Amino acid sequence: MAAVDDRPGAAPATPAPLPTGRGIELVLLAFAAVLVTGALGLVEANQEQQLTQALIWVGLAYLGLFTIAHFAVRRFAPYADPLILPSVALLNGLGLVMIHRLDLAELAQATAVGDPPPTELLSRQIAWTAVGLALFVAVLWLVRDHRKLSRYAFTCGLAGIVLLALPGLLPASISEVNGAKLWIRIGPVGIQPGEFAKILLIVFFAAFLVQKRELFTTAGRKFLGMEFPRPRDLGPLLLAWGLSIGVLVIERDLGSSLLFFGIVLVLLYAATERVSWLVIGLTIFMGGALIAYQLFGHVRVRVQVWLDPFADFNGTGFQIGQALFGLGTGGVGGTGLGAGRPDLVPFAYSDFMLSSLGEELGLIGLSAILVVYLVMITRGLRSALAVRDSFGKLLATGLSFAIALQIFTVIGGASKLIPLTGLTLPFLSYGGSSLVANYALVALLLRISNAARAPLNRRPAAPLPPIAEAGTELVERPK
Amino acid sequence: MNTPVRRIAIAVMAMVLLLLGNLTYVQVVKAGDYRDDSRNKRVLLAEYARKRGQISAGGQVVASSVPSDDELKYQRQYPDGPVYAPLTGYYSTIYGPSGLERAADSILNGSDDRLFVRRVSDLVTGRDPSGGNVVLTIDPEVQQAAYDQLSSKGYTGSIVALRPQTGEILGMVSTPSYDPSGLASHRAEEQKQAWTDLNAAKPPVLSNRAISERYPPGSTFKLIDVAAALSSGRYTPDSPFTAAPSITLEGTRTPLPNFGGNRCGGGETATLREALQRSCNTAFAELAAQLGTPAIQDQAAAFGIGSTDLSIPMKVAPSTLGDIENTAQLQQSSIGQASVALTPLQNAMVVAAIANGGEVMAPYLIQQIQDQELDTVSTTEPDRIGSAVNSGVARTLTEMMVNNENSYANLGKISGVQIAAKTGTAQHGADDSVPPHVWYVGFAPAEDPQVAVAVLVESGGDPNNLEATGGQVAAPLGRAVIRAALGKAP
Repeated sequence: MAAVDDRPGAAPATPAPLPTGRGIELVLLAFAAVLVTGALGLVEANQEQQLTQALIWVGLAYLGLFTIAHFAVRRFAPYADPLILPSVALLNGLGLVMIHRLDLAELAQATAVGDPPPTELLSRQIAWTAVGLALFVAVLWLVRDHRKLSRYAFTCGLAGIVLLALPGLLPASISEVNGAKLWIRIGPVGIQPGEFAKILLIVFFAAFLVQKRELFTTAGRKFLGMEFPRPRDLGPLLLAWGLSIGVLVIERDLGSSLLFFGIVLVLLYAATERVSWLVIGLTIFMGGALIAYQLFGHVRVRVQVWLDPFADFNGTGFQIGQALFGLGTGGVGGTGLGAGRPDLVPFAYSDFMLSSLGEELGLIGLSAILVVYLVMITRGLRSALAVRDSFGKLLATGLSFAIALQIFTVIGGASKLIPLTGLTLPFLSYGGSSLVANYALVALLLRISNAARAPLNRRPAAPLPPIAEAGTELVERPK
Repeated sequence: MNTPVRRIAIAVMAMVLLLLGNLTYVQVVKAGDYRDDSRNKRVLLAEYARKRGQISAGGQVVASSVPSDDELKYQRQYPDGPVYAPLTGYYSTIYGPSGLERAADSILNGSDDRLFVRRVSDLVTGRDPSGGNVVLTIDPEVQQAAYDQLSSKGYTGSIVALRPQTGEILGMVSTPSYDPSGLASHRAEEQKQAWTDLNAAKPPVLSNRAISERYPPGSTFKLIDVAAALSSGRYTPDSPFTAAPSITLEGTRTPLPNFGGNRCGGGETATLREALQRSCNTAFAELAAQLGTPAIQDQAAAFGIGSTDLSIPMKVAPSTLGDIENTAQLQQSSIGQASVALTPLQNAMVVAAIANGGEVMAPYLIQQIQDQELDTVSTTEPDRIGSAVNSGVARTLTEMMVNNENSYANLGKISGVQIAAKTGTAQHGADDSVPPHVWYVGFAPAEDPQVAVAVLVESGGDPNNLEATGGQVAAPLGRAVIRAALGKAP
């Protein structure tokens, strides 16, 4: 890029071909496909299965879907970051392999006791992957310039709050699964609206903070070397806090609560560059959590299970206890794909995908997976650094950090670092909402990274600022 | 706003490091605890998922795994449960294994190094991995006879039969026994109930008396005194000792009477041969005082008493003389009382050594290890522990034991077979209100020994029979077992 003459208006005399990174992306996608195929082979060998025709179709569907995704990126975001999509493909593929592996375990168990065969989750997850990638392509196609999104900030914000609050307000029969009210379940299809709310709220906050930045940077008192905002400017933060505590208490989910509030805080910090916001935010969050602990039994149970899952192993501590046993049995190297008993953990395919992977792939496998996530997140943050507009920076930061905070709460929860949450591992866990929503998230990240890496003359022209923001201009009528 | 974004990137890396640190704690530091936690069924399921090897004796399967239709893929079975329970032990999913199930676990579960080649070939050929099989030295006829002898009379006790030349254990029973099948149940409630019942049983059933319980050997210990006397070269079977009905223990006023307060034969003195035949306490107290503590201790050690590392492969409780601080204690020890305590297996080893020309052979239960195809992978070689007496002394002892046997009451003697033996009647408990433990040790045929036996019946086999003796109660059992071992019709 340095060699490019980017003086405004000056067309490059000799248009030097810019590396788009699409070639690298294709090679890495092929590498991910090889790894996933190898993992599938191990499962089949260890479970003494014959490769069925159905499974070959699933494999071809996987290859086909990501080929389409690759060409969509080539078409709609040719300069997008080349590492993000292969990382997603690898995680999604590994998730599919592990879901297939757990399908086999469930089937064997049902056959052994003479039950009818259980629902096969693999084909559903493949279908959700297809839906997710369709949304991915749609987002790339519809959102040609991420800056246009800020126009719909308040629509996004309203929709986000409704989606976040909806499961909490619905009756438990529709919304409660495994103790957390996170779902909207109609018939066999369940949706976790919180996953979509997450993205909508990030769009809203990024836009809101860019528009009202001054409000949050007005100096208040200095204390401990930090500038604190004026009390009257705390309003929006307190609103977010109330919402997240409400999620914690009504929806009984620490994960969504932590995720939502964490993203708001980080965006505030990124927008204002003031650490004081983090201090205030964390303080009131801790305070709220403490009060919730005192007032609500279910919050106390969660915390007690976290402190000592083995105190009530056959009751509330069973899931996390089994997960720890699985992780411990896996040890450093794991039992090998298909050679462990990850199915002993309830919800091994969704909330506890971590322990399934940790038991069979070991610490080494989990470290590799964490590195893949880290690559994805840091590439997203890198786009935030490179993109020029404030909204893009905030949006990319928020989206990247959302993934980071989500894997932190899920992995931390399943390995007893923090109390258990009801969230899923992005791209790895079984679950349609999470997968589809995260594909939309990745599409937005790719869109921003495309804007960051494209040569200037290929970048879309900056849209006109909204009327409200436009500087007042005196226009003289021609005489 | 690039500075905060960079800081956020650093924070994300810190979060990932925190996760990795915690995962390392769970999967490395705590991994062992979690893996071995009794509530973690993974190791158990993996073990049950492959076929555990069988235990057999003389072509008869005594423990095996058959496919089951529940979560644990194989069910452990014990076809002749109580007869072999002291050997097989149990294999419980809750309480763990015992007996051979524990001691030979690495063979049965297939992890033993001797099965390594098999494991590799299983891997290559894709055959289901399975454990190795254990073939016992046990002769099913001997085992069954020994069990029937004790259990049919309702005795609490133990019988051990050895092949003197090799140390092969031909029979080893402990009664009352139990059926390990209950503890192998895959239903937790059944298993727990069985465990509660078996632990509450009186007399106890889970302990293998042959190797885990120690009893005062009584007069059977006099064989060791004679061995020490003859080995010293200062005595012959004709050496004279006091025939007094009672003597006072040296340095005390405690009297030591003969059994029933009888004189030792008709004369003023009794020969060593007669003293052993009549089991005269006074004569042996005199002999022990003359020999001294070290001679007795050394002779006992030469027979294996006091060795702590004996395993068959189950661990054998070490037999002991106890502390001998003065001559009075030595005199009591010399008649198998005071603190002397022997396992039935140890007492069988003593007579087996005499039968084997004085050579002590290490007793063993596992004849062969086989792979899953029943091909022999390894065969146990007899192991000589050492020499207890020279062959001349062994011959003389045999001749004296033949003299004993021929003087005993004719209860179940076998025509045409000369047995060499010694009985024992050992007091235990604080006073004389409980019947004595009774012993019978011996081997046959005396001229060409094929089997050595030790029989122990706790408390004379009958709480009211205060007059029980080894000759009456234990000897017929021993002779029946010898008969089975020699293949003689009853």
